[in-house]
Amino acid sequence: MSAYWAIFSARFRTLLQYRVAALAGLGTQIFFGLVRVMIFCAFYQSSTTAQPMTYEQVVTYIWLGQSMLLIVMYGVDADVRAMIASGTVAYEMLRPMDLYALWYTRAVALRTAPVIMRAAPMLVLASLFMGLQPPASFASGCLWVVATLGSVLLASALATVMTISLLWTIAGDGIVRLLYSAVFIFSGSIIPLPFFPAWMQPVLNLLPFRGMADVPFRLYTGNIPPGEAAPALVHQFLWTVALVCLGRWLLARGARRLVVQGG
Amino acid sequence: MSMFDSMRLYGRYLAISIRSQMQYRASFLMMAFGNFLITAIEFVGIWALFARFGSLRAWTLPEVALFYGIINIAFGLSEGLARGFDLCAGMVKRGEFDRVLLRPRSTFLQVLGADCQLMRAGRVVQGLVVLAWGSAALDVVWSPARILLLVGAMAGGACLFCGLRVLEATLAFWTVESIELMNILTYGGVETAQYPLTIYRPWFRRLFTFVVPLACINYFPAHAILGRADVLGSPAVVHWISPVVGVLFLLVTIEVWRFGVRHYTSTGS
Repeated sequence: MSAYWAIFSARFRTLLQYRVAALAGLGTQIFFGLVRVMIFCAFYQSSTTAQPMTYEQVVTYIWLGQSMLLIVMYGVDADVRAMIASGTVAYEMLRPMDLYALWYTRAVALRTAPVIMRAAPMLVLASLFMGLQPPASFASGCLWVVATLGSVLLASALATVMTISLLWTIAGDGIVRLLYSAVFIFSGSIIPLPFFPAWMQPVLNLLPFRGMADVPFRLYTGNIPPGEAAPALVHQFLWTVALVCLGRWLLARGARRLVVQGG
Repeated sequence: MSMFDSMRLYGRYLAISIRSQMQYRASFLMMAFGNFLITAIEFVGIWALFARFGSLRAWTLPEVALFYGIINIAFGLSEGLARGFDLCAGMVKRGEFDRVLLRPRSTFLQVLGADCQLMRAGRVVQGLVVLAWGSAALDVVWSPARILLLVGAMAGGACLFCGLRVLEATLAFWTVESIELMNILTYGGVETAQYPLTIYRPWFRRLFTFVVPLACINYFPAHAILGRADVLGSPAVVHWISPVVGVLFLLVTIEVWRFGVRHYTSTGS
């Protein structure tokens, strides 16, 4: 266990070095957040029909989404991709460690250090100047923290599956891109999931992606009341377990038939 | 160097780039399809919002489709054709720009021809599909003048986005690193101009009308195509000639580029 902790903390500290990138990313994400808020503001002013979320909840949802964007946005691990393309992945397999756990740990680190660097200033700025509300209640706040940690574990499990898929496709950008369009829209990163038509909701509820963004944000705003949090958290947890199992199975198969590139 | 000669050289650059990408045909098709889907999800979001809210400040979904189509086609073209300028910061960093300076051709042409990303056709096709759907739903009368304006708007838009990329590349002569903040104007500009500018706050509208004139390549021309009067009060003549601003913007940025090249100092590595 201590080996994985060492890898996590080394990776975490490396990623913390990219502060200028974080600052630039912060500016970009504030801009995109402002655009989305203005779009929703115009929509709410154009209609009087009842909506599944209040305007204040939507604004909060948008800023949470901009703060936590990197949890969803990072795809495959670029370093592992390079290793697979160049063949040095063979060294990776020689290490006296569980390869899946190693890659999963890297994925978790990739989704924590950059996110913390961007989320902290973003949440402060958004709550001071841009309409981010505090959590609906103390319980909502606690559940949000739990669900956010869960979202990191879930997103890492999904990303690790994609990284492992590169063992087959090598370049594989195509498949990853295809999957990523699904991740973006069905996690709630484009628009909050409750705005999709009613007939789509059962499908959205079943898919794993909502656990990556929509669930924590709606717990925070109280759009999912604390009393109804349990099914959402169980859903998130079960999908994480399922994707970890899938990843392990794929890696075991991939490692058996791996052809090392280059030489 | 004659204009014709430069065009022929650019044609060659394009041909080389396209041929190399066609070596991996399956990969290219997957990438283009992926690009199609990942850009199309934005429109799925817009569709879902219209399904919930009905209308947006008196604009309907097919009308917004027109705005969306024009800006995405223009952006897709610039992504495909002016990709070389995105690579420019890397060239400066590695000292490779010295080599560009040594060749007896214009630096602008060489960097422009450095890469052409065919997969970006995915966004262009996606924009065309949305645009075609929108105009069919609206029964737009496509007179020759309107077709010309539409093509002009897309071309002007492509020029404008290319100009932004040129500016970003020029900045790298001083900063060496590429500036992620410029994404606000490129990707952020597309996101913004997918909707009519009237829905935004005044300061924001002014930014995208006067500083980065995105309004000139979809907001104004779309009014002429739809035959609508602008609630902001711009005269009809502006709607017809505004795409020219995109070309002017590119010409100005080329001058800025020349200025940047004169002040280039090699990193020496």
